[in-house]
Amino acid sequence: MIRFEDVSVTYPGADRPTLAHVSLHIPEGELVLVVGRTGSGKTTFLRAINGLVPHFTGGTLKGRVIVDGRDTATHPPRELADVVGVVPQDPMSAFVTDVVEDELAYGMESLGLPADTMRRRVEETLDLLGLADLRGRALRTLSGGQRQRVAIGAVLAAHPRILVLDEPTSALDPGAAEEVLAALQRLVHDLGVTVVLAEHRLERVVQYADQVIVVPGEGRPILQGTPADMMRSAPIAPPVVELGRLAGWHPLPLSVRDARRAAGPLRDLLVGQQPRLRAVPEDDRPVATVDDLTVRYGVNAALSHVDLSVRAGEVVALMGRNGAGKSTLLHALVGVGPRPEGDIRVEGRDPRALPGSALLHSVGLVPQEPSDLLEASTIAEECRTADRDAACEPGTTRALLALMAPEIDDRMHPRDLSEGQRLLLVLCIILAARPPVLLLDEPTRGLDYPTKARLAQVLTDLAGAGHAIVLATHDVELVADLADRVVILADGEVVADGRTARVVTSSPMFAPQVAKILSPQEWLTVEQVADALVSIEEAG
Amino acid sequence: MPDARWLHPGAWWVWALGMAAAASRTTNPLLLLLLIAVAAIVVQARRPEEPWGRSFGFFVRLGIIVIVVRVAIQLLFGAAVGTTRLVDLPGVTLPVWMAGVRLGGDVMLEALLMALYDGLRLATILICIGAANSLASPTRLLKSVPAALYELGVSVVVALTFAPQLVSDIDRLRTARRLRGRRTTGLRAIGSAAIPVLEGALERSVTLAAAMDSRGYGRRGPLSASQRRTTSALLLGGLVAAAIGMFALVGSGSPAVLGLPLLLLGAAAAIGALVLAGRTRVRTRYRPDPWSLPEWCVAGSGVAVVAAFTIGSLVDPVGMQTPFDPPTWPGLPLPALAGMAIALLPAVAAPPLPQPASAPAHVREEVAA
Repeated sequence: MIRFEDVSVTYPGADRPTLAHVSLHIPEGELVLVVGRTGSGKTTFLRAINGLVPHFTGGTLKGRVIVDGRDTATHPPRELADVVGVVPQDPMSAFVTDVVEDELAYGMESLGLPADTMRRRVEETLDLLGLADLRGRALRTLSGGQRQRVAIGAVLAAHPRILVLDEPTSALDPGAAEEVLAALQRLVHDLGVTVVLAEHRLERVVQYADQVIVVPGEGRPILQGTPADMMRSAPIAPPVVELGRLAGWHPLPLSVRDARRAAGPLRDLLVGQQPRLRAVPEDDRPVATVDDLTVRYGVNAALSHVDLSVRAGEVVALMGRNGAGKSTLLHALVGVGPRPEGDIRVEGRDPRALPGSALLHSVGLVPQEPSDLLEASTIAEECRTADRDAACEPGTTRALLALMAPEIDDRMHPRDLSEGQRLLLVLCIILAARPPVLLLDEPTRGLDYPTKARLAQVLTDLAGAGHAIVLATHDVELVADLADRVVILADGEVVADGRTARVVTSSPMFAPQVAKILSPQEWLTVEQVADALVSIEEAG
Repeated sequence: MPDARWLHPGAWWVWALGMAAAASRTTNPLLLLLLIAVAAIVVQARRPEEPWGRSFGFFVRLGIIVIVVRVAIQLLFGAAVGTTRLVDLPGVTLPVWMAGVRLGGDVMLEALLMALYDGLRLATILICIGAANSLASPTRLLKSVPAALYELGVSVVVALTFAPQLVSDIDRLRTARRLRGRRTTGLRAIGSAAIPVLEGALERSVTLAAAMDSRGYGRRGPLSASQRRTTSALLLGGLVAAAIGMFALVGSGSPAVLGLPLLLLGAAAAIGALVLAGRTRVRTRYRPDPWSLPEWCVAGSGVAVVAAFTIGSLVDPVGMQTPFDPPTWPGLPLPALAGMAIALLPAVAAPPLPQPASAPAHVREEVAA
């Protein structure tokens, strides 16, 4: 269905090709998972399938890409639109119309299908993806998961035989991600659509894949194989696989279901053991408090009567559906957004009343789009401005950055950094002023496992140094790894607030894989289990 | 009361461009201010509650900046015009071999008025464009962009979505400045935020164009190569002729007699090319935006206002070009006033907007986004 014949892609100005000598074949009706580090060329690979590379992005493509018998060299994306449907990373940026129904019809209009066919297919697509209730809604008013499903439906309605998705679940809460993956699963099984998807969160998708393609980056050869084969040796793997390797299970389980069947002996072994927890500083004084907070946009309350207090050295995770009010709460804590009702104190002062520089020294937020904060044309300049803003010793920001991301060059343009590097840069800019309260909004969106691990280490160290950290996230594995406390928001209200293990193990939606495998015991990460096994061995 | 629906965005653009063309034909400050008022009233009446609906305010601010810059340039570098001295300032006149440019110098009332009228005219044109950006849904307009000439179509997509993206971005950037501990108001704030805002908005417009491309926008129909060449030549030639005609029409220096035929000829050629390309039916419509009575009224009122201003400058040239040397109180030419009364029509002739289906979710999403 898709054939790459010795394909190399070089972007203008780059000294080496992004993809080098890729030859592979993807047969019809398979669900193929593409993994690789950020910046390894995954997106380039996906975009080459429908000819966006190089027709739209520029650069040179050597070799041939043949899709359903058509060569992309002679067929620009628009001539392949009837065969390949592409769902980009951020669906909102690619919506052409305002309303769900129109969006579903747009691709068919371009293909010139007759009006009665369009009517019929719009109805079919609405049913297939469970969008019937949303048909007249404005796209802007949809939640993240709904948007993603509309974006899939919009390309699907034109009946392409190949569906290409770039990180379809990275911005979604666990529930919405499951919805989207279930829809994809149905397409592959019921309609024989070929699906190629890139995803960092292997734990969500690996059990659905027929094939895994690893793009190692830096021009190294691409690897292709079955998920079980690839996972046995892959340097990065979801927790379920890592636990399987640790416990020596054969065959290696890829899903929680398989792992749970194999986990009986491990559970018995762990009876009586307790997970080792990070020591939280004794200091009970809260550094940030929110008392009876209500935030309204117009007449609608985004948050209502929320109470929260955060102590120094504590890591608090805010979880909840897309649109539950997590971002609003973080924004209120730095004093942006609509005027809140209720009381917010950061180190005893109202953040709204603090002038810019004083704010920087008491609370810092790394927003969902970190690149919003970047404006200089080199890293060095960006760091210098940050030092000036924070009124700290020149070189402070640069030193922090060298510690967190030593590979970043001074002369690089911030836009040329990978997503993860950009996040670390912004984190350093915010940290230059050493705010006692650090807030992060969806920090792991689009990050690969190694970068995520590095971020988790950095945040753990910061918490150890006495920073209070609040992060809003959908990433249950990160929360299991990092958070001391979890607060779950739903429709603007706090519905749960407590110790991480207690909150996440009691809810299937927010439980990490290890907790699902080993419940009812309260284990959250592979690391905890490994520690416990070591101590059992020492004792016995 | 007509049913609530979206007016065809093309109608809003015809109306707004008519207003802008009318503004370009006059320097009468009263007429220009009235044009701005008309635009503001119509925008107030029919502006949707969307992020790009705020474009009007953004363009008004841009207009004010234009006036300030125009006046400042006149005071700093402008040639000495008039005799009424307002303020004594020291100045230098550069020697003849440096073109005899004058720097600084006394502030003359006449020069000030000239710059003010000129700046106001440019600002009014900008504000009329802003009104179109506020009123016409950019996404609905995108659906109507003809795909006959692919490259041109993509440029139009990028151009059309750029201003709305820009306006939606400004709030985000203000938040970002606050997070870096900067001031969020003042000239320096605007200056340093400008680059990321422009970059971001352009990037998003290009992303959108890429998405449209991969969904089949601009696919070739079963046209033969020679047919395609004829169509492209006709369309390009037509657009160039129309542009020259438009330029002659709005440039106050050149006679309208030359511009109008060229504009009409060019428009006819371009429409002919589109019809020719459209005959092969590469594209179909799911639910086409209707073009009915309200659209005719709105577009017609735009044509009427430019016609009225053109007639006005024929019968009453002094009323339309208010003399600044010596300073004269501006008059109010009757044809122009009548034209503007017609231009107000869209405030009631355009159908009211449909209510958003679900307010609570949208509000929360805006926060999340």
